Amino acid sequence: MFRWLQNYPHFLEIIYNLFEVGLSPLKRWFKPNGFGEPLIIAVEKVGKGAVFNCKMCGQCILHSTGMTCPLNCPKHLRNGPCGGVRPNGYCEIKPDMICVWVEAYERSLRMPLYGHQFASLQPPMNNQLKGTSSWINMFHGIDTKLPEGWTSTRDIPVNFIKEDFHD
Amino acid sequence: MTDEIKAPCSRLEDILRAGHFAVTAELNPPDSADPEDVYRAAGVLAEVCDGINAVDASGANCHISSVAMCALLTRAGYEPVYQVTCRDRNRIAIQGDMLGAAAMGVLNVLCLTGDDVTAGDQPEAKRVFDFDSIQLLRTARTMRDEAVFLSGRKITSPPCFFLGAAANPFVPPYDWRPQRLAKKIAAGAQFIQTQYCFDLDRLKEYMKQVRDLGLDKQAFILAGVGPLKSAGAAEFLRSKVPGVVIPDYIVDRLKKTPKEKQQEEGKKICVEIIKEVREIEGIAGIHIMAYRQEELVAEIVEQSGLLPRPNIQ
Repeated sequence: MFRWLQNYPHFLEIIYNLFEVGLSPLKRWFKPNGFGEPLIIAVEKVGKGAVFNCKMCGQCILHSTGMTCPLNCPKHLRNGPCGGVRPNGYCEIKPDMICVWVEAYERSLRMPLYGHQFASLQPPMNNQLKGTSSWINMFHGIDTKLPEGWTSTRDIPVNFIKEDFHD
Repeated sequence: MTDEIKAPCSRLEDILRAGHFAVTAELNPPDSADPEDVYRAAGVLAEVCDGINAVDASGANCHISSVAMCALLTRAGYEPVYQVTCRDRNRIAIQGDMLGAAAMGVLNVLCLTGDDVTAGDQPEAKRVFDFDSIQLLRTARTMRDEAVFLSGRKITSPPCFFLGAAANPFVPPYDWRPQRLAKKIAAGAQFIQTQYCFDLDRLKEYMKQVRDLGLDKQAFILAGVGPLKSAGAAEFLRSKVPGVVIPDYIVDRLKKTPKEKQQEEGKKICVEIIKEVREIEGIAGIHIMAYRQEELVAEIVEQSGLLPRPNIQ
């Protein structure tokens, strides 16, 4: 319904930024298993569902993936497109859908705030977080908790796209 | 791990590090429980290749498993490249299989995302994709270098893998493909095997970007090549197999050839491509994918002037 908003990734990243900063004083309301959790989950589901076709993975990385939900990729890839993208940029599995990652890449180039994060190595998903609120998880560092064997990849310099920003 | 007690090393790695132009080839898994079928197919490749890729359910079709095929190959003294895809197994199974493969003497692992289940003979299957290829690579590296599983639990005797990844320079987003390669190298890839290279202009452009990023110095890049059996097979490959791009001029060249000579022409095109690819700076070898034409591999390698193969033990 509001999917067209995704074509304004810079606007969305500003919203994300305001959201992250603006809501942190309300952190205590965003509690896992708190009484407000069902309401927060419902709001997140409806809001992000309408704009991003959000799948409620509970570990949102939208700002690192060009404000394009990677779980819409049928292979659930988190680190960029597979090698099966069609020459016209459409999905190998769903021929009527533009590859999620082709869109994600193009949008990330229009995101001066977070676009460079497109290059970062995303850890494997935590399947236990499915259906929970990524907002709650973000405020409590739950979504960034990594498996012990996965040494942090956030510091790995694989950032080659910074110079390419259009704006 | 210190250098003195370094576990046995991959022969493929040694050949690449010694600066030889490497040749690997794909072994398509038979639909058979008879090991002789694997050995028959491997025999024609082993003489002319430095590594034999054991494909993991090629095209998402059900075949003998790649880990079993690797175990058979190491028993016979061949050098397999164990292909692992994320399509069919979750992280628990994958890590267990990799450790098992290492115990069987497997030293080369190619980490792939894998074709989707809908590409194969059982499209009703549940797709797994618990990892993506990059997470798989990094986990394999962690198992090797840190001697732990993803969970952090200790591995008493870690595998000694030469880790590989795939690259497809021929599909969008073109500008980002070299950066995806960078990501794979950062995750642990030491060698790269590309998708079929037919569009050499695109490959050259890609390799230029790769060299600008210095990636050809950080991983050995093997260009994927293969003979086209006929004009029909070329049409099938480019329309039905995900990620394969074949320019019109190649398909037209085959179409203009009389039917009975098309296979020969396809082989000729393959040899021409190998010779041209060899001249591209940063290409360290070739990877031959001769699906159901394995018997042609020896001729192709020979006609490309790549024999004899270096003898490194």
